[in-house]
Amino acid sequence: MSYLEDTEIGKRRCLGSFTFTAEAIKAFARKFDPQPFHLDEEAARKSLFGGLAASGWHTTAVYMKLLVADITRDVRERKARGETVAPSGPSPGFTNLRWPRPVLAGDTITYFFEATSTRPLASRPGWGIAFGKTEAFNQRGELVLSFENSVFLPRRS
Amino acid sequence: MTLMFEDFKPGHFGKFGPLHVSRDDIIAFASEFDPQPMHLDEEAAKSSLAGGLSGSGWHMCALAMRMQVDGILSRAASLGGLGVDEAKWLAPLRPGDDLTLEVYVEEARPSKSRPDSGIVKIRSELFNASGTRLMMLVTNALFQRRTPPAAQGADR
Repeated sequence: MSYLEDTEIGKRRCLGSFTFTAEAIKAFARKFDPQPFHLDEEAARKSLFGGLAASGWHTTAVYMKLLVADITRDVRERKARGETVAPSGPSPGFTNLRWPRPVLAGDTITYFFEATSTRPLASRPGWGIAFGKTEAFNQRGELVLSFENSVFLPRRS
Repeated sequence: MTLMFEDFKPGHFGKFGPLHVSRDDIIAFASEFDPQPMHLDEEAAKSSLAGGLSGSGWHMCALAMRMQVDGILSRAASLGGLGVDEAKWLAPLRPGDDLTLEVYVEEARPSKSRPDSGIVKIRSELFNASGTRLMMLVTNALFQRRTPPAAQGADR
């Protein structure tokens, strides 16, 4: 991850895509969200989702997977250019998360992140906080996930 | 008896767990979904803000979901989750933690677009065995209504 000062406000970054197979949906659900519409095709067809649907927490976990891969690429490129890089801090949380449409087996979801603002932390010298918005769309361009998140980042100065 | 929309009254709903989280659980989740050094490697984690190996915040969300399913949703007419108003990661998840979940109903209101169901706003607080609050989540979920709504005329 970069420093707080390197955050590019308003630049939308594509984090990549992920195809949710029936196997992956069921494997996540067995561990963390064992409800019939995440585990069983027949029960799922009769549910509001109309088909085997990924747990909402599976769709957010995949966001993190793609974000970490994107950050890793970014760090590699910055190092190659001779820039100094710094490890990012933890996130204090997120708000306004919506799952407006289900992610069904076979769907390919593309994730985007955009930083919206930054500010230094008065309580922790040397650190700041960056705020952003995440959105994910299915292969038909329909929004399936959105939320606002934040992360603690070190300051250059 | 299956829990339905009418069974979610504002106030404390229940305490669920304990759910044990091992070092292997933390590393397995992080390897697949959040492969950052602070979640994977003790040595690297020492220099992180958490000061030692800690679980992914998204792992905490998934574990809270599991506790909600085991404690509530497996015996409820659950139609699915709508979203999360707020999630706060307050303290790190550690290897060996025994988690409990305190669940409060904040609000329950009939759905306007689906009269046969209602929306329940639930606040969940995740604690470790020493009583430290690790996470707070406010979620909205849809449940089937027991009583079919009477013809409501202009009340839509």
